[in-house]
Amino acid sequence: MSAAAEERSARAPWALTAPALMLFVGVLLIPLAMTVMLSFHDWGQYKGIEPVFILKNWHEIATDPYYAEMFWRTFRIAILTTLLTALLGAPEAYILNRMSGRWKSFFLLVILGPLLISVVARTLGWALLFGGNNGLVNKLLISLGAIRSPIPFMFTETGMVIALAHVMMPFMVLSVWAALQRLDPQIENAAMSLGAGPVTIIRRIIMPQIMPGVLSGAIIVFSLSASAFATPAIIGGRRLKVAATLAYDEFLNTLNWPLGAAVATLLLVALVLIVVGSNALIERRYAEVFR
Amino acid sequence: MSRNGPLALIFHAIFVIVMVAPILVVCLVAFTPEGFLSLPTNGFSLRWFRTIANYPEFIHAFWVSLGLGALSSFVALLFAVPAALAIARYRFRGRDVLAALFLSPLMIPHVVLGIAFLRFFTSAGLGGSFAALIIAHVIIVFPFALRLTLAAATGMDRTVEMAAVSLGAGGWTLFRRVTLPLILPGVISGWALAFIQSFDDLTMTVFLAAPGTETLPVRMFLYIQDNIDPLVTSVSACVIAITMTALILLDRFYGLDRVLAGKGDTGR
Repeated sequence: MSAAAEERSARAPWALTAPALMLFVGVLLIPLAMTVMLSFHDWGQYKGIEPVFILKNWHEIATDPYYAEMFWRTFRIAILTTLLTALLGAPEAYILNRMSGRWKSFFLLVILGPLLISVVARTLGWALLFGGNNGLVNKLLISLGAIRSPIPFMFTETGMVIALAHVMMPFMVLSVWAALQRLDPQIENAAMSLGAGPVTIIRRIIMPQIMPGVLSGAIIVFSLSASAFATPAIIGGRRLKVAATLAYDEFLNTLNWPLGAAVATLLLVALVLIVVGSNALIERRYAEVFR
Repeated sequence: MSRNGPLALIFHAIFVIVMVAPILVVCLVAFTPEGFLSLPTNGFSLRWFRTIANYPEFIHAFWVSLGLGALSSFVALLFAVPAALAIARYRFRGRDVLAALFLSPLMIPHVVLGIAFLRFFTSAGLGGSFAALIIAHVIIVFPFALRLTLAAATGMDRTVEMAAVSLGAGGWTLFRRVTLPLILPGVISGWALAFIQSFDDLTMTVFLAAPGTETLPVRMFLYIQDNIDPLVTSVSACVIAITMTALILLDRFYGLDRVLAGKGDTGR
């Protein structure tokens, strides 16, 4: 290669990525930085936003137990949602993987398809199923004899967790599914030929191998649930606030933007720390699986 | 390959029913002939679909969503195609950082993006405008556009390009006549997936939309906040039908399994 051509090929990738890079710096990094700045500004009912540097909002979040309770609720819902998707999604992915070709792709489509359907429509479906004290879910549970009196689902954390788990389930199934594709079916046969029963095979052969898939699915589900907006807003109503719905209220109802920005910044930082931290842990623990 | 036992199949059946039930119930209730929320027990009726016509704000929101999705996905591709070619073909310093930056909108909660864009566009004097919505949507659909284009560019056979170069093609001609046609399936699928993401986004858009620029999910959300009636189920049923159509097209052109399975892959 001539010197001129070499120089051109060194510059080419930058020339090709420059427009996208400028776009991202201009309308992603700058707005994010402005949001962090905003969280240090002052706000008053009559004076509006004052561009000064104070810790008032951060102090309020740190000292007012309302915010501690709200963040704890947000993360509690996210953890329960993650557990529910892992407990149901992992076995389902395993069952799917053992199906024969045509059924496998059909059911995979049925389970993953909802991923692309509007979250508002899916949550509306749960609102209809829960619907008051004589909703379909309660009627079904009572007729099956599972419960005697109706369980309140609307405007409760139980309802939020169930609806969120439904919304997030495709991510878990997808993640475990990907882990199962790397698994060699011969190992299962080898274990069986050596006299292992189905329980032993699942516990000793399958579980350890799909664990990385379950954990990476769990990270996705957790971070999406902790920042979910539509489902908590529709199922939880105006009273049961989570981080995203609180930030929305501060921005569009109370108009206390600096406080809303502080809540959003805290949510972002907490999620980034949790996701990066658990990713590092998983990669170290399962280094040999990722190779 | 060993088969699933009866217990596994029962679990599977219940799982699939629960996954489908909320979507099915929305579509069924949409056909109710009654004036209140109920399953259509005395016959099906299109009454609530006809009622949509009396709510121009839903119709308007639909056109906003459609235009926004189509336009922002197209603009995202204008930026994503050259970036994908650079990332697929060159090993340069900062490549991994750039790839991570371009995929970062997937990692940042949409509520945070909504707040950041609201603050940014309000101070830029663009608050509530359609232009602001387009720019914001370009950012959130960018990772999807980039990823599918990147997959196509990485798997592309370079020998055809080399042949074209040896015959004297270069620059724009080479791109337009050789490279683009070769990566076109990936580009079209990237556009479709980006469109669906834009069409369905609520969390970020709810911060930016003003009366007149409300998208369909925003309009539906604001409506549900006040009351849930059969009207909103018939609107939802239409949205579901549109998404299904896009999914079927995506499946025909590209294979849905490839689109969905590619979600966790950065093309490295």
